[in-house]
Amino acid sequence: MSDRTLLEVEDLHLHYQTRRGVVRAVDGVSFDVRRNEALVVLGESGCGKSSLAKALMRVLPRNVHQVSGRVTLDGTELLAMSDESFRRDVQWVRMALVMQASMNALNPVVRVGEQVVEPLRVLRQWPRARAMARAVEVFELVGVSTDFLQRYPLELSGGMRQRVVLAMALVAEPELVILDEPTSALDVLTQAGIMNLLKRLKRELGTSFILITHDVATSSELADRVALMYAGQIVEVADAVQFFTEPAHPYSKMLMASVPRLRQEHRPEPILGQPPSLLEPPSGCRFADRCPSCFKRCAQDPKFIRLGDRRRVRCWLYAEGGDR
Amino acid sequence: MSEWQPVTIVGHGEPLLSVSDLHTWFELRQWGFLRVGAVRAVDGVSFELARGESVAFVGESGCGKSSLARTLLGLHRPTRGEVRFAGRSLGGLKARELQAYRAKVGYVQQDPFGALPPFLDVRRILAEPLIVHGVKDRAQRDRRIRAVLDEVRLSPAEEFLPKFPHMLSGGQQQRVVIARALILEPAMIIADEPVSMLDASVRVEILNLLRHIQTQRELTLAFITHDLSSVRHYAERIFVMYAGRVVETAGVKELLDHPQHPYTQSLLAAIADPDAANATKQREIPGGEPPSLLHPPKGCRFHPRCPHAMAGLCDVDEPPDFEPRRGHYSACWLHR
Repeated sequence: MSDRTLLEVEDLHLHYQTRRGVVRAVDGVSFDVRRNEALVVLGESGCGKSSLAKALMRVLPRNVHQVSGRVTLDGTELLAMSDESFRRDVQWVRMALVMQASMNALNPVVRVGEQVVEPLRVLRQWPRARAMARAVEVFELVGVSTDFLQRYPLELSGGMRQRVVLAMALVAEPELVILDEPTSALDVLTQAGIMNLLKRLKRELGTSFILITHDVATSSELADRVALMYAGQIVEVADAVQFFTEPAHPYSKMLMASVPRLRQEHRPEPILGQPPSLLEPPSGCRFADRCPSCFKRCAQDPKFIRLGDRRRVRCWLYAEGGDR
Repeated sequence: MSEWQPVTIVGHGEPLLSVSDLHTWFELRQWGFLRVGAVRAVDGVSFELARGESVAFVGESGCGKSSLARTLLGLHRPTRGEVRFAGRSLGGLKARELQAYRAKVGYVQQDPFGALPPFLDVRRILAEPLIVHGVKDRAQRDRRIRAVLDEVRLSPAEEFLPKFPHMLSGGQQQRVVIARALILEPAMIIADEPVSMLDASVRVEILNLLRHIQTQRELTLAFITHDLSSVRHYAERIFVMYAGRVVETAGVKELLDHPQHPYTQSLLAAIADPDAANATKQREIPGGEPPSLLHPPKGCRFHPRCPHAMAGLCDVDEPPDFEPRRGHYSACWLHR
């Protein structure tokens, strides 16, 4: 672990218990996030990307069957911590989560200025005056006029509320902010505004981000690196430039080819078939039955293979002595 | 109001649908009886659609595109203006005739799961429109259901007929919705954000399918979306809407490659194509937000946000439609 690494995740599993059996939402995920880096976790619905965020932040539903692995935030082992100390010392303060559609989860009867500083008031017992001074700072930071501090959520537009939620995540100056689909419910122009803001925050604050999204184009707006998930696993981690110009995993290639482009004549191509059920995922490669390059060896679970020093791919095509 | 000259496409004959000066307002009342104003969701829209043509209505939420769709479907009564379908005005239709009209216009909803009744199986969902429209013969119904399932590529039909919506994937649900829209053999399909709830890889499949069926059956397809990047291969013309109005219209390639209206230009500039270089660029976006449809601004509705706004003109007079390039219309004083 180099000293630039902030978060390290090793072999993380999150399984849910359902009536039909155990669902392996996150099934052996390893990656790291460096300081002042934006890692995008990209994947389609049901691939486990939101579950990953929930596992990292410990906001789990009741039907969890198993959480295991190692999560290390700047030397602190998170999964070993008690709930109480995690809530006191990590949540909001060192690591914050902006959940999907959380802009619609603001308390409608509390002024937004008060809500934004709640983490400081509750976790750090800041007095009101000091907290409100900080609220002014974070509102300016996210580009919301401080006149809005006294307003209620319903008086703000969707884009404004999203900025307020971001302000709330940033209020205690965490080292890492996890954003789960922060723009998916917003209009095109509002979305572009939020992405502009995130780029500026990353530059000015030096914060690290994990951006979780299904939208390939949006992901390229912030990514330094991309981790692509499929059926509960990461299939490729690569530098943004590498990922967007020459994706390696067959799924990455097909996903890129399926994206409609505004500025190119390129005709998008669908990926036929469906991801496997996470109840009993296949024992070999999980993409095998949709993969055009599938061969004999794909019946075995592929290893995470290092390609150069900046890319890893979970595909037998890249294995040495691959007996094609 | 602008005098928009409809584009006539040679070889298609008279338009299937013609809309003139259409207004759909929703009255706001206080305490149930005091009129306090109206939300002008659609506020003066005119266009014509030819038979067999595929067009896209593009705009952000609140621009009136869904209200327009619902007015065309006969679900809202226009406040003013007229919708003519195959030469007949919708306004003059009686309840029976309106029912017959709805058989001619299929509707593909945005959220397939919400659009399908959860307690009916696929067979029953597809039989329903046939029963309502008087197809009494069971064997004939069954034949048509199988044919349409085959057309949306849900085959073998036996496998899908007994399934309930929750047993299908999002893409399959949307295929059932499309099958339901097609089963009465409509002349036109209105698809309101047909793929926005689906995953990227499935989106293309559904759009390809819609396009294929549209060309095979020579249907008129009006496809409503907020996503300009997905329009290129699936429509022939684009209408860009802003605050209840159509601000720009042209052929797809022409409009995407040479946008004329400042709103369209900023909308296009805000859209990213996957490219690692995006992460280092700030996008230029207009400040402010779309106006209230209760009190739209005087003059051009985009002028408070427009980087080219000319004082004394744009904030006073509404721009008519200009034709800055051949067959390309834009409601902006810059083209004067």
